[in-house]
Amino acid sequence: MNEMRENILEIRNLKAYYMVLKGSVKAVDDITFNVKRGEILGLAGESGCGKSTLASALISRKPPLQHVSGDVELLGEEIMYMSKGEFQKMRLRNISLIPQYALDAFSPTKKIKTFIGDLVEEHEISADGKFFKKVKERLDMVNLDSSVLDRYSIELSGGMKQRIIMVISTILDPEFLIADEITSALDVSSQRYVATMLANLRDEGIIGSAMFITHDLSILYQIADRLMIMYAGQFSEIGPTDELIENARHPYTKALIASLPQVGIQYKDKKLYGIKGTPPHLLNIGEGCRFRFRCPYANEKCEETPEQEQVNEGHFVSCWRWEEIGSDDNE
Amino acid sequence: MSKNKEVIMSIQNLSKVFKSGVFRPEYTVAVKDVSFDIKPGTVISLIGESGSGKTTIGKLVLKLIRPTSGHIFYKDTDIAQIDDKEELREYYKKVQGIFQDPFATFNPLYRIDRVFNMIYESFAFDKSNQEEEIRKVLSDVNLNPDRILGKFPHQLSGGQLQRLLIARALLMDVDVLIADELISMLDASTRIGILNLLVELCKETGMSVIFITHDLNLGYYISDESLIMYKGRLVERGDTKKIYENPIHPYTKMLFKSVPEIGNRWDPDEEFLPEQVIQDVDLFYQTHTGKGFVEVEENHSVLYSAD
Repeated sequence: MNEMRENILEIRNLKAYYMVLKGSVKAVDDITFNVKRGEILGLAGESGCGKSTLASALISRKPPLQHVSGDVELLGEEIMYMSKGEFQKMRLRNISLIPQYALDAFSPTKKIKTFIGDLVEEHEISADGKFFKKVKERLDMVNLDSSVLDRYSIELSGGMKQRIIMVISTILDPEFLIADEITSALDVSSQRYVATMLANLRDEGIIGSAMFITHDLSILYQIADRLMIMYAGQFSEIGPTDELIENARHPYTKALIASLPQVGIQYKDKKLYGIKGTPPHLLNIGEGCRFRFRCPYANEKCEETPEQEQVNEGHFVSCWRWEEIGSDDNE
Repeated sequence: MSKNKEVIMSIQNLSKVFKSGVFRPEYTVAVKDVSFDIKPGTVISLIGESGSGKTTIGKLVLKLIRPTSGHIFYKDTDIAQIDDKEELREYYKKVQGIFQDPFATFNPLYRIDRVFNMIYESFAFDKSNQEEEIRKVLSDVNLNPDRILGKFPHQLSGGQLQRLLIARALLMDVDVLIADELISMLDASTRIGILNLLVELCKETGMSVIFITHDLNLGYYISDESLIMYKGRLVERGDTKKIYENPIHPYTKMLFKSVPEIGNRWDPDEEFLPEQVIQDVDLFYQTHTGKGFVEVEENHSVLYSAD
């Protein structure tokens, strides 16, 4: 029924705030974007930019996090106002989340097999022979021997555990997978494997689309079709990966890319610069572009919140001055 | 001052074996036969993945654990000989460490001023210019003393706390600073500032830094010399540029193949399996049996066999 739909997920002006005694922490503020069928969308930003909150806002919204306004359609169905029971039916099959720190979720006293069994039974899936046959096939796909099922989590390396987690989270072939910092706790070699695995799962048609959330732009560059950058709860920029990297228009995106060390750049040859200052506190924060406090281009206009404007095909930016700033001083 | 000497610290044939279990003990070789020298005013990177033994070396240098064999010389003193409290205090005046999680370093119940005041107390520094000196080192690490002093750790960001710890090392005028994953918890936009600061301080004060990291790009950016560690051993060492341009050990090669870089994508057709490196290294050692550690070019050596 949804086969022809181009966008798997459509988010319009989503606001999700943490309601606390002192007011509201505006961690996701007026975010609009789509996830296309078959794509990997990379979501990058620094700690506290609201990227993980965005994932929770789509999936669980546990207090104090609350949906304030805006619509989210997953496969054409509005999910923000759905009852818990209805949404639960969509979980795993249509939408699946690998939360941050999922690596630490393994029970130290249960064998992997028992743990997986208990987990899927929570979702009313019977952990029978047929189920484990599928698990073993998938483990084989990611170069893990089925004997890992009889091991305890402490016997496995971080990279192996993350592979098992990805196998479980995608066992029901979800249409949309949200992967939150799945590579951050891993060694570089496992990072490459796990990130590539995400792309392979998509290529094999096991997952429909994915949103890969991480602070590490250089990993996203490797596998994401499009990149979206967030800053302090606001949308900064979105676009096809190469276009965004080469033709970044938001001052924050530019500064972020410029601050990344790369092999071939040494301090003594070329000094890199970070971004001065720290992100603002999001509690009861008012109008305006939130990057203006650290932005070298900021002026009075930036006291107002900028709208999304189109730069190029599929490339949108929220900055009042993107045209003046241009892309020539990239690099 | 001794800072002009060629070598400030010399690590010689250092090994550490951890024993676990009482009745049927198991032994883990964390560090095996590691030797290197540190020159004043330089940054040396110790690069490896988890379990490679890089943090253990940091702990050995800081005398937090004892080596199973081998020696660490600070100037002309074997640090194993330091056992009385007074000498140890002298050693810690000159050799200090900063670790990954800044929030774990500070006691949340005390204002951050305490880390500075403690130095004056425990090392019996002259207190007559205390306030002034603290303000000076804070400015040196680009912190505004008025906005920092009197605050509690939770009121500051991770980057600010790491700067504070560097300021603390400056105040003590340390010779060797062990920076263990110093910036891995910081955001991209703040970490580069800390790296720049470290290099500048090295050049200005003659301090040396052992920069322990898993991130090749950061290691390359900051260091003059690199040491690549794998399973407790140094497998490749030397001039950072030379190693990066011409990696020879299979483990080093694997690291370079997996590091994500903007502008350079992983080869999607290449079969890449992290576990494969174990066989690759074994094969490499077998084909070069008996060769040991070889200098392949000036200031670039590779471990060809581990026998």
